[in-house]
Amino acid sequence: MSAPTLQVRGLHKSFGGVTAVHDVSFEAYLGQVVAIIGPNGAGKTTLFNMISGVFPPDDGEIWLNGHRLDRLPQHTIATLGVARTFQNMQLFSNMTVLENVMMGRYRHEQTSFIEAALGLTNREESQTQAVAMQHLERVSLAKKADLPASSLPLGEQRLLELARALAVEPRLLLLDEPTAGLNAVDAVRLAATIGRIQANNVTVLLVEHDMSMVMSVADWVVVLNYGEKLAEGRPEKIQTDPHVIEAYLGQENGQGNANGSWY
Amino acid sequence: MTDFRYRLPDRYWALGLLVLLLVLLPVFGCSPYLLTIMIFIGLYTIITIGLCLLMGYAGQISLGQAAFYGLGAYTSAIVTTKYSFSSWLGLPLSMALTGGVAFVIARPIFRLKGNYLAMATLGLGYIFYIMFSQVADLTGGPSGLTGVPYLSIAGWAFDRDIEYYYLVWAIAAMVLLASLHIINSRVGRALRAIHASEVAARSMGVDIDRLKAQIFVISAMYAGLAGSLYAHYVTFVSPSPFGFHFSVMLVVMAAVGGLATVWGAPFGVAVVVLLTEALRAVAPRFTGHGSAEYEIIAFGILLMLVMIYIPQGVVQGLSGIYLRRLKRRPIAARMDSRNLVMLPVLRRWFKLRG
Repeated sequence: MSAPTLQVRGLHKSFGGVTAVHDVSFEAYLGQVVAIIGPNGAGKTTLFNMISGVFPPDDGEIWLNGHRLDRLPQHTIATLGVARTFQNMQLFSNMTVLENVMMGRYRHEQTSFIEAALGLTNREESQTQAVAMQHLERVSLAKKADLPASSLPLGEQRLLELARALAVEPRLLLLDEPTAGLNAVDAVRLAATIGRIQANNVTVLLVEHDMSMVMSVADWVVVLNYGEKLAEGRPEKIQTDPHVIEAYLGQENGQGNANGSWY
Repeated sequence: MTDFRYRLPDRYWALGLLVLLLVLLPVFGCSPYLLTIMIFIGLYTIITIGLCLLMGYAGQISLGQAAFYGLGAYTSAIVTTKYSFSSWLGLPLSMALTGGVAFVIARPIFRLKGNYLAMATLGLGYIFYIMFSQVADLTGGPSGLTGVPYLSIAGWAFDRDIEYYYLVWAIAAMVLLASLHIINSRVGRALRAIHASEVAARSMGVDIDRLKAQIFVISAMYAGLAGSLYAHYVTFVSPSPFGFHFSVMLVVMAAVGGLATVWGAPFGVAVVVLLTEALRAVAPRFTGHGSAEYEIIAFGILLMLVMIYIPQGVVQGLSGIYLRRLKRRPIAARMDSRNLVMLPVLRRWFKLRG
């Protein structure tokens, strides 16, 4: 197999004495969807925040296609091709739907401060608009392009955040609980969109509680528990791993079922 | 589908209207006194636009903007009187120096936030103010520098008020246009993004610290430009106009006009300057002496009223009240031709554009 797109080695982070992530290592290859699962507080979002540069790890290394990411500022990591969505959505509520996706194009735009001041932006602006529009069409939101982003229902806000992250044209895409709070119809719509991402040679890291979705889209599953890696493997293998069942499903029913509706 | 064909944006029409009004003002008769006031409104507008960008868009406060205004004025005065440079060279030199100073201090000063940043910029203002009066070899000390030449560009001397009025407002219009361009570009979009979510803006690749520094530099350059124009207009500089008082006045002007739009700047400045002049005319009748100590009270009250009743500033606030009134009236009344013209225009400029 070729070299991994993302390599995480011995990552460690603690917040004032509380260890959030301890010695976590894993790899993700080109075009893979790697799901990170684990109970609440297992350190999934902390892991995402370190990979995307919101804060640096205390120890360990993160490599993306030969670039070392840890210690780099967040915006530089973004320009190297890492995009993400947020568990508690972070849409630009003061912008339209289209403008949100246009922000995703930021790293592809060239206009400097001085060019902007001189008004030499029309060409690039219309290009950016057109590309952003294509990304909106892919998630069926093109008709709502000029509405304020905050006016969309929750399901479409999640889709918009995904479209914005895809507009970045990332090499690595981090999705933090993309279906949280969604009804079944919206969740399926979102899962279908994520399924299509794979075709574009994007490596996806997915934090998700909806096990049926994890099982249907993930190529590889990493299980975290209390900040440590408990197991990793192919979804069907993880599903039947006794340690995982014990830790993740706890006492509730003690056994997973093959359909993956685990909670 | 959104139409991507190029359409002349509303901001050009608005700017055209403003320029037309300003061009026509002297034609319809304008006393020398009013002309002088209009020149000062133009100068302060240039600074206030920068402050709107800095406070309204980049979300950073500066209580030391008068320092850059003074630095621009002194640069022009010093290079023309002490080193006999041509007067027009003062403009680019002032902008370069103020921009350079702002660039050097931007990084350390923007490590601070909120009240601490306000204190630091206030300190900055004081440092420059004291330098203006203490580095006497260069600045002439408290008595200042006299004999600053009139501005002369390509052999044309701007030594009459009417000429200077057109020059200052032409430059103010260019500054406004450049600022509107910035706001409506990827840079402006990034600035708005920072307001909504810093972490999301960073995750799109926005270098927030750099952007804030760039806005700080450009706001300083605007102030330096205005300072240089000031020096060549009054042909005399001394430290007193560049103190803390004026920094605060600039913030008041920006807040009264409205921080969320650079369109507020000329109106905010006009309100404050005209109020100052009105006080100067009226106050002596009641007090028997000058109005200086009452000015600050009047501006305190003005600022409080604006913050309580129209926190978006006079431009957005008043147009918003107008729009609400209009909506409450029956349809037939709304069909008034004047409203038909104004309604969509107002709505587009002030409500959507933000």
